[in-house]
Amino acid sequence: MAKKLPKVPVVVVGMGWAGSIIAAELTKAGIKVVGLERGKERKMSDYLMVHDELRFQHRTELMQDLSKETITSRINGKMRALPMRHYGTFIVGDGLGGAGSHWNGQTYRFLPYDFEIKSLTEKKYGANKIKPDYLLQDWGITYEEMEPYYDTFEKMAGISGETVELYGHRSNPYPTGPMIKTPVLEEFEKATKKLGYKPYMIPSANLSENYENPDGISRAACQYCAYCENFGCEYGAKADPVVTVIPVAKETGNLDLRTYSNVTRILNDGTKATGVVYVNTFTGEEFEQPAEIVVVASYVFNNARLLLNSGLGKPYDPTTGTGVIGKNYCYQVSSGYSSLYYNDREFNLYGGAGALGIEIAEFTGDNFDHTNENFIHGSGIRTTQYGNRPIANNNAPIGTPSWGADFKKQSIKYANSILQVKSQGASMPHKQNYLDLDPTYKDVYGMPLLRMTYDYTEQDRELVKYMAKVTRKIAEEMGPDHIDTVGEQSPFNVNVDTNTHNTGGVIMGAEPETSAVNTYLQMWDAENVFVAGASAFPHNSCFNPTGTLGAFSYRAAEGIVKYLQQGGSLV
Amino acid sequence: MSDKEKSQIEKQVSTRRTFLKNSGLTVGGLIIGGAVGSLFGRSPESDVKTEQTTHAQAANPNEALMFFYPDEYQTTMAAAERIFPKDELGPGAMELNAAIYIDHQLASQWGVNAKDYRLGPFYDPDPTQGQQIRILRKDLFRLGIKALDDYSNKKYQKKFTELEAKEQDEVLIAFEKGEANSLSGVPTSVFFKMLRNLTMEGVYSDPMYGGNKEMLGWKMRKYPGTRMSYTKEIQSDKFVQLEPNNLQSHMGH
Repeated sequence: MAKKLPKVPVVVVGMGWAGSIIAAELTKAGIKVVGLERGKERKMSDYLMVHDELRFQHRTELMQDLSKETITSRINGKMRALPMRHYGTFIVGDGLGGAGSHWNGQTYRFLPYDFEIKSLTEKKYGANKIKPDYLLQDWGITYEEMEPYYDTFEKMAGISGETVELYGHRSNPYPTGPMIKTPVLEEFEKATKKLGYKPYMIPSANLSENYENPDGISRAACQYCAYCENFGCEYGAKADPVVTVIPVAKETGNLDLRTYSNVTRILNDGTKATGVVYVNTFTGEEFEQPAEIVVVASYVFNNARLLLNSGLGKPYDPTTGTGVIGKNYCYQVSSGYSSLYYNDREFNLYGGAGALGIEIAEFTGDNFDHTNENFIHGSGIRTTQYGNRPIANNNAPIGTPSWGADFKKQSIKYANSILQVKSQGASMPHKQNYLDLDPTYKDVYGMPLLRMTYDYTEQDRELVKYMAKVTRKIAEEMGPDHIDTVGEQSPFNVNVDTNTHNTGGVIMGAEPETSAVNTYLQMWDAENVFVAGASAFPHNSCFNPTGTLGAFSYRAAEGIVKYLQQGGSLV
Repeated sequence: MSDKEKSQIEKQVSTRRTFLKNSGLTVGGLIIGGAVGSLFGRSPESDVKTEQTTHAQAANPNEALMFFYPDEYQTTMAAAERIFPKDELGPGAMELNAAIYIDHQLASQWGVNAKDYRLGPFYDPDPTQGQQIRILRKDLFRLGIKALDDYSNKKYQKKFTELEAKEQDEVLIAFEKGEANSLSGVPTSVFFKMLRNLTMEGVYSDPMYGGNKEMLGWKMRKYPGTRMSYTKEIQSDKFVQLEPNNLQSHMGH
């Protein structure tokens, strides 16, 4: 029997970027918030021993403990889904700060095109451009309306970058200047300029300079120590909820933060939530936390799972196309890249930062003509310098064995002499790609796991083929001694490392028939439930999702304050 | 060596001799193996020398076995060396103590899959779905090491460690391709992949884990290990080679 606790105004499930931003904004407005986090407490000094590739990257120290909870996966609806028993492709965050602690810090805005993708595509290319199996829809809000929220997020995090002509209008320049343009990035810059493109420095949450944000939080500049992705930042140079919004929320005295608290159900009467049930992960003791408002901010996977396990919202059915929870799950495509091997040049590849990189805008969104292409949207084409850690980076030209004498020779020869021109491509929703509950497998608390049915689509394969040619051309211009290009998209494989940019499942939109939440991330079917995070994206763009996730978190916070005053639907 | 240490060593040796004498073990044609066997047929001088060598190695207390039995350790060392062999560039996995690293990892929570999803049922997966293996890593590795010997015995009538390098490679290729008999239902390719990845980790992880001896793995590829800042180096047009640093240097911050 769950122990019933006193009712609170707001309970937040999950203290990553989305939950922490909302908690900070509400507590600053004088609202009492209970923050429930399934993982551990975290502070900046916890990161002092973080330069340990094995522990943090290969043994996934900061990630969700899969022994407690995972997902099941299959590439089509006819297969039996099986659990992801250890990490391969995704690294799901855990603990205070969530994925906001272990991310790389690449912080883009989505394009004006993204927000009105269906209308704009049909307007330009005709109604037949989007095939019926692709569930593309407008977001219900425009870029212009979102611009102020992006601005707020970027100022809070201190994003370092430069204005890009081909992207949406900015009301302000980035709060800090771009990161250092290293000789590695200059190689890409020279080549792309020669080809007529306009390279720009990737917007970065790894501060290029010391910075004090509007909340009065001061952070130090990035030292390019090469430990961002999978790691926390011991300088606080990388924006992380732990060093930005959480201290602000704590300072108000209005945040009641409870770690090791795993929410298993949202209590509801079908139209409104009454609170949540959570388990103390150490003792197994169950608590009921009644609340006026429930904010679900527990990552794409768990957001959909919690709603489905709580009977909130109508589950998506791929055969009839009805229902919304679990619909429009999207990922990204990362094939189509080229690896460049230099025989007589060495770069200082051991140093770097998670968002140290350079990119061109010409192949993103609808910035190039798609009339004769069998796909829409595009890719960010880029070279990055994360810092090549030695266990993860043992590259050798295709055809070299993966072990033995030749492997050793080649991988050491090129350890400091390999660059890449990469492609990160957008992902369009397809009616057969969705999330629902697994009929067999359960988490350690006895709740069904989330089942993911997903494979790359024709659209993805066409996009990859196109982008492979682009990366190849730039690579050739960079003049290495050898180039390998991965030109085809293989089937989705839960073992193969790509990224953790999962989106969708609880998408936003203009009407309840085709979306789960409105543009304040308020649920259509339960007005006091707000579902925040990239789960709200109706499709995934070719950019890293955090900037957009952060912007919508500020908008959701604004909506929650309004809802507490007036109630009802916010749109 | 101090007199006190010397007398301790002599005492240890004498204790073992006393044990052998009192145990009544005979050796006529019987291979006993292990530390007991190694004491036979040696002069008291050579015994002392062996003990001295052992003592000198004990300067690094990390170089000892937590998981493997000695013959498993020998096989692992030999196999890891083929994955990452010594050459003109520098030491191989053997000298870098990759097998010590592997031993320690298998003894750790990783060896018992502590953070993996372990609930059933277990089904054979589609290749896109990820491994579905009930056997714990530590047990699978042990089965794999034994299978290396079984396969070598069958094919060459020798243990894996007794094979020529080229023959060892042939055995490993058979394992990599999954051609050898499965390990309680798990293809040998799974074991091979684990061996390969563990070897690379043992070569390149921080030396506190037992491998990458004296940071020689890092040095070979001009990796400077872990430092607090590379702001200056990343801006240089020329390659800047730095002496490697390990995590111990971050202690006390």
